[in-house]
Amino acid sequence: MNDAARCLTILPFLCLAGFLINGILGRRLGRSAGTLVGVAAALGSFLCALPVAREVFTTGVSVHAPLWTWIETAGLTVNFAFVADRLSVVMLLVVTGVGTLIHLYSAGYMSHDRSVPRYFAYLNLFMFSMLVLILADNLLVLFVGWEGVGLCSYLLIGFWYEDPEKALAGRKAFIVNRIGDFGFVLGMFGLFVVFGSLDFTAIQQNLLTAQDRLQAPVPFLNITTVTAITLALFFGATGKSAQIPLYTWLPDAMAGPTPVSALIHAATMVTSGLYMICRLSHLFVLSPATMGVIAGVGAATALFAALIGLAQTDIKKVLAYSTVSQLGFMFLAMGVGAFSAGFFHVVTHAFFKALLFLGAGSVIHGMSGEQDMRRMGGLRGKLPATFATMLVGTIAIAGIPPLAGFFSKDEIVWRAWSSPQGLILGTMALLSSALTSFYMFRLVAMTFLGQPRGSAEVHSHAHESPWTMVLPLAILAILSAGAGFLNVPEVLHGSAWFSAWLAPVLGTFKPAAAAAAGDHHAAEMGLMVVSTLIAFAGSGLALWIYVKNPGLPAAFVQRSAAMGQMYALVRDRFYIDEAYDRVIVRPVKVIAVILWTFVDVLLIDMFVNLIALVAEVISEAARRIQDGAVGTYAVWFLAGAMLVLGFVVWSGVAA
Amino acid sequence: MTGYPVLSTLIFAPVVGAVALLFMPRANVRETRLAALSVSFLVFLLSIPLWTEFREGTAALQFVENRAWVPALGITWSLGLDGLSMPLALLTTFLTPICILASWSIQDRVKEYMAAFLLLEAAMLGTFAAQDLLLFYVCWEAMLIPMFLIIGVWGGRRRIYAALKFFIFTVVGSLPMFIAILYLYFQSGATSFDLASIREALRASPLALDVSRVCFVAFAVAFAVKVPVWPLHTWLPDAHVEAPTAGSVILAGVLLKMGTYGLLRFAIPLFPEAAAHYAPVMIALAVIGIIYGSLMCLAQEDMKKLIAYSSVAHLGFCVLGMFAFSEKALQGAVLQMINHGISTGALFLCVGVLYERRHTRLLEDFGGIARVVPAFSAVLIIVTLSSIGLPGTNGFVGEFLILLGAFETQPLAAILATSGVVLGAVYMLWMVQRVLFGKIVHEENEALGDLRGREWATLLPLLVLIFFIGLAPNVLLSRMEPTLTKLVQDVRDSARVSAPPSEEER
Repeated sequence: MNDAARCLTILPFLCLAGFLINGILGRRLGRSAGTLVGVAAALGSFLCALPVAREVFTTGVSVHAPLWTWIETAGLTVNFAFVADRLSVVMLLVVTGVGTLIHLYSAGYMSHDRSVPRYFAYLNLFMFSMLVLILADNLLVLFVGWEGVGLCSYLLIGFWYEDPEKALAGRKAFIVNRIGDFGFVLGMFGLFVVFGSLDFTAIQQNLLTAQDRLQAPVPFLNITTVTAITLALFFGATGKSAQIPLYTWLPDAMAGPTPVSALIHAATMVTSGLYMICRLSHLFVLSPATMGVIAGVGAATALFAALIGLAQTDIKKVLAYSTVSQLGFMFLAMGVGAFSAGFFHVVTHAFFKALLFLGAGSVIHGMSGEQDMRRMGGLRGKLPATFATMLVGTIAIAGIPPLAGFFSKDEIVWRAWSSPQGLILGTMALLSSALTSFYMFRLVAMTFLGQPRGSAEVHSHAHESPWTMVLPLAILAILSAGAGFLNVPEVLHGSAWFSAWLAPVLGTFKPAAAAAAGDHHAAEMGLMVVSTLIAFAGSGLALWIYVKNPGLPAAFVQRSAAMGQMYALVRDRFYIDEAYDRVIVRPVKVIAVILWTFVDVLLIDMFVNLIALVAEVISEAARRIQDGAVGTYAVWFLAGAMLVLGFVVWSGVAA
Repeated sequence: MTGYPVLSTLIFAPVVGAVALLFMPRANVRETRLAALSVSFLVFLLSIPLWTEFREGTAALQFVENRAWVPALGITWSLGLDGLSMPLALLTTFLTPICILASWSIQDRVKEYMAAFLLLEAAMLGTFAAQDLLLFYVCWEAMLIPMFLIIGVWGGRRRIYAALKFFIFTVVGSLPMFIAILYLYFQSGATSFDLASIREALRASPLALDVSRVCFVAFAVAFAVKVPVWPLHTWLPDAHVEAPTAGSVILAGVLLKMGTYGLLRFAIPLFPEAAAHYAPVMIALAVIGIIYGSLMCLAQEDMKKLIAYSSVAHLGFCVLGMFAFSEKALQGAVLQMINHGISTGALFLCVGVLYERRHTRLLEDFGGIARVVPAFSAVLIIVTLSSIGLPGTNGFVGEFLILLGAFETQPLAAILATSGVVLGAVYMLWMVQRVLFGKIVHEENEALGDLRGREWATLLPLLVLIFFIGLAPNVLLSRMEPTLTKLVQDVRDSARVSAPPSEEER
């Protein structure tokens, strides 16, 4: 085992150790020691990730760290083993890097909280689970991380559990994810039945042999089973990665502390579904039907969530719907077979969305907890560093060149456009892009520009955050600005390094590959110009409305009743939550109560009580047992035994 | 192998202890408790060789004792353990000291209570170790009496009703089994009630098909009551609600397992063809139990009732795993029997902690207590996660193996059962939320004390096992595997149940 493997082995466990120390000794450690432990654990894992990354990036060969045999029974073998390959090493750097920055930020953001050690304990446990998820070398260990991050999300959303709303939001997140897990687990069962293994390498190997021989050596490997399995797995992904129909938990998850929203609900955990699809991309590409569903769901989610984002006034809610929408973009990319483009967006989005959330946190921190943008405005001078960095993040997400979002999103739009259903998917992608640019600049305008609309007192107290919070913002701003250059497309005379790096570990989707072949450089260039213009138009319109004509939206809405209703519909998120509540949640509860009162208590027990009526005579005797001395019990015991024996003897004689 | 009759020693040690307790002066309550604890702990120590001396890689019985008992009637003192019963016997000796330690709050007739518990332990160990049908039946019925007393004497307000309900269900349920045992003995022409000799005789002269099916049903009903299989479960919520904490722990932890154990030890191996024939019925009932039990939990206000119904759902998983006739599912089912004993035992201990402080178990009487009892809250959350099968805890491995194995042979049932996993999270987290989260609305809860030393002593061993089995289940699985593989093979051979594709066929 070389150094890289050794580092790979210990790096997740540093975070686990941090969790245990803060979790068990937290109250004795106190605030500052607890913070130190938490941040040190995250930083330590980042430092450990560096040698691993160097090894993988220089050699291109995976680093393996087998730990122990977890389950081995009846033909099922699951090893607890970590692997850093071309795909996971990217995720490893993102998770530990962004994770460390957010830990540092939290040191400032949470410094006044009552239970700092508990906070860092959960945050470290999250890092541990996320690392298990991305480093797993088989689907079951990935699922361990998958559930682990879900648990931490639950604990952290409900971190301020004394507020029942927040605790409720945590539970909702867990349960909606569990509904997704239903699909994930079934997909896993199907995979095992088909391949007899849950190892990523074994599955991939099996698929390659199947292709080589041009026939399936695996009996159940056919288009139907693959479609069923991949659809089930994708359903799992819609839970974790907040897509239609299971996206509803993510906006509510904003109840958690803002750094948590940045780390878990924007940068890392919510991309797990995409990561899983990348991991199994060789399988997903076999089913055009599933790929079509993924692309469709992704595009629809991107558009739908962006639409809702337009009308939100809570700064975190805007960012939450923006995250759902951006995740939709990534799924769209996966669905059209542009795995590396989708994954590149995972990376750049991790930078700029973490930045935006942390910026929002800095605003909320400076505004003494205010989250409603209607009571903000004019904060540019009060929080200059926050404003500057958030502006970088906004330009990046809006897709304005040459910041990171431009490169990653443009690739997706182009691939969507050149796919067989290009006209629909591409248009949806462009529309969502326009909306993204609009709602993000609306956010910046409402928060930082124009006149202060909140109470004068809060505004006068508004202050820039301490260095622990500003430093992460600055680093993330640099990354958001520069990361795009990792994957400059050929049409701009780049080398598309990121795509080339991932190509060996990702599957190739035939229909998409065929469509993308040939010389489309002119078209690609044209689309790039169009989408850039759209981004500028969206941002310009937002600035024009919200800086120059702040009264315009209200006037627009009040112009007609229909307009007002439409606005309310969007603002109230199309009443999807309410619909779920009416159609699923309440009926289940009603059925439970009906079954209990009528079947259990009335039907079954009535029958039983009839028998009991007969036994009431015996109860007289039983009452006597109660009062008796131990001798009586012994007599009863003996009497019972005698009865048994007597019966035996009697039967023996009778027989 | 040990040089002394380890199983007989284990069965008689608690009996001797119980008798000795009865001679202690009534006033010395403290000493009585300590003495009972020492006896049960000693029994646990004595049972450690069951683990350390157990030979892996064989399905054969171990620690075998075979003596004539009532030769005139063909009853033998025949004991032995295999990969199925050894873990269950250990679970019994492990949980009993914990139960006794959790019974410090019993003030009334302490020595009788402790004696009843030790006698219960002896009977449970006898039931798991018995290899003679009649000896098994005697132990099976003998368990009833101390449990009946523990509920009926030391229980809550409706204890008489609950105790009688428990008693009647079990007795009525097991009478047909008793008749079937006698029938088997006389009909098969076996020389004794010894299980091996009866199986031998049955192999030589098999029963008529319909007769063996009737016999299977007679056995299965007795065991199904105990499991409990839907719709024979309604005694369980009442018994749990009225039983003292330790009674609930042992009831959920071990007594329910008697049902699943009996099915695996007797009903299925004795009548494999009938077992395969009725498997669809059993699986259907299991799946109904999983979903129905989970839905019941959503309608409960009493924590103990909620946990009782969750047991119906959890044991449904076990029954599904047993009748799927897949090695994986069966391994999972037996592992889940152990897991349920640990997790649900711990849940009942947690409820007991609250009950001792507030004398209520209603969800609405709590809320927001996480702030005042952080350690307790952490424990309750961990135990809950184990109960809903979070990976890393014991519950996950069992559920996963059951569902994966069942998916290979009974995909539809497995898919339906998997939906129970979702419901499990719903009701358990709902309970946790109502107890721990939100603001404190009842003033009394402000002064709630956190876990004390004795309570830690009861919960900590269970927490350790939750993670140990969750991370290293192989330790158990490898010991169980030969026995359970053979069991599934036997059923397949004699009933030609369609087998899942083997490695070679792939």
